Amino acid sequence: MMRRVIIYGVLIGLACVMLLPFAWLLRSSLCDEAAVIQPLESWRDFIPPALHFENFARVFRSVPLMLYLRNTVFITALGIVGTLLSSSLCAYAFAFCRLPYRNAIFYCVIGTVMLPGVVTMIPTFILFRELGWIDTFKPLIVPAFFGSAFAIFLFRQFFLGLPVEVIEAARMDGATPLQTYWLIVLPMSRPVCVTVALFSFVGHWNDFMGPLIYLNSQEKWTLQLGLNSFRGEIVDQTNLLMACAVLILIPVVIAFFSLQRYFIRGANMSGLKG
Amino acid sequence: MKRLSPLAREDRMTFWCFIAPWLIGFLLFGLGPILASIWLSFTNYSLFKPPEWVGLANYRELWRDPLILKSLGNTLFYVIFAVPLGTVGAMMLAILLNQKVKGIAIWRTIFYLPTIVSGVAMGVLWRWIFNPEIGLANTLLRPVLGWLGIADPQWLLDPALAKPAYVLMSLWGMGGGMIIFLAALQGIPEHLYEAAELDGAGPVRQFFVITIPMISPVILFSLTMGTIGSFQIFAQAYVMSGRGPDNATLFYVLYLFDQAFRYFRMGYGAAMAWVLFLIILGVTVIKFWLAKRWVYYEGEA
Repeated sequence: MMRRVIIYGVLIGLACVMLLPFAWLLRSSLCDEAAVIQPLESWRDFIPPALHFENFARVFRSVPLMLYLRNTVFITALGIVGTLLSSSLCAYAFAFCRLPYRNAIFYCVIGTVMLPGVVTMIPTFILFRELGWIDTFKPLIVPAFFGSAFAIFLFRQFFLGLPVEVIEAARMDGATPLQTYWLIVLPMSRPVCVTVALFSFVGHWNDFMGPLIYLNSQEKWTLQLGLNSFRGEIVDQTNLLMACAVLILIPVVIAFFSLQRYFIRGANMSGLKG
Repeated sequence: MKRLSPLAREDRMTFWCFIAPWLIGFLLFGLGPILASIWLSFTNYSLFKPPEWVGLANYRELWRDPLILKSLGNTLFYVIFAVPLGTVGAMMLAILLNQKVKGIAIWRTIFYLPTIVSGVAMGVLWRWIFNPEIGLANTLLRPVLGWLGIADPQWLLDPALAKPAYVLMSLWGMGGGMIIFLAALQGIPEHLYEAAELDGAGPVRQFFVITIPMISPVILFSLTMGTIGSFQIFAQAYVMSGRGPDNATLFYVLYLFDQAFRYFRMGYGAAMAWVLFLIILGVTVIKFWLAKRWVYYEGEA
């Protein structure tokens, strides 16, 4: 009994510590300019004297957030489509084609997860510059169409759990591999597609270094770049800065809460590699 | 040459066609750039003039550049504290959640939530949390520190506390590792514990002879990926404190970014990237070599 009390006590304490930064973010975003820089005297001060929901509207007036949103959605949507198509195709090969050295190649694919992105950053930048792709969305989208190791891994794990008889049957009926992939395997793979799409969504949505390097003109910026520059522009309007951060977080948080079992499934599986 | 059946031949064709996107991508955005960056690191290249071969000059400069050592030291500090603390923290959290607690989905959600926050938002938020006068950190600590007679810590403004502040921030994200540990813990067969119980092993002993060995592959995974990621900390640093007081938060990739994309010294940046690559590779190899002694893989003897 005592043990239970201690466990729940520790859990509640830790959960509070984890949630407190979010509460602080939300609190700051709802303060007015005076209240946000007022040191807290007591616990009761945590709730601001007045809740200024209009801060969110004010952010839209000071930052071209809709423009950034459109750019981010464009990049993210195409990035997700690219990751889904290329990675599932690749995973199909690793799951269903019988080849002696198939698994060795698969481990090479998985190994690239450990490749530090910094090493490839400069030559890749030069490559895209030679192609004339600087200040376009292409460097942020096109690589997604060449597969991601983590997504390939997730797809392959899922495909290996599918009933082999169905795929064999399709083959016996004369379906080409591409038909089997598109008409049989993909329709059965909705859960893993959602998982991969989610991780891809968060990855593209939250990406900072890519847009920072490749996008120069402001009308091409993404939400993360917008938040970063907003930080530099305002000095004494922390409430608006926090409101901006809240707005950018909302879509990811909604996706997380509405699809969390897919999230957890993907996160669970990422450990299987170990 | 062995004659292949039509089916096997079809399989082989399909295989190479289907993995072609990844293969081409790997050559274009993986292997190619890595090799190119070796060559680039021996040149002077400002993007506006063709690259000029300078031999080992970049590496010599790197050796003498005091900020390289400084940024490497900063990054090592961050890696050495953030990665083990994050891994142990994630493991403890998972063990706590594995005690048949009620509402596990809710707890898991709460602890995982910080990992979906972007680097920029994290930097913006934690810079505000570490504000010495009005930030959350000092608001919470002030009663305790005031009672002890210690002045408010200056966090990101204090060269001695700036990096510990980053470590604290990184611990906020340990829920990502927790999920993986939890999955591993749930995969440990119950009968191992029952057998240990019959043999008279107490909970502490069970922890060290069953739990730790069974989740050791995940510990290795978490340490490895954590190290690789932490060596490359960038977005948070870029947003939170930049170079910081007395360059205390000039992390390696931040400096690399400045060299390559602010001063357009692509050759020097490539040399820096290669040095980092070798360091990460070295650390990873050592880790895997040591792992042979303590990581237990099921199926092996």
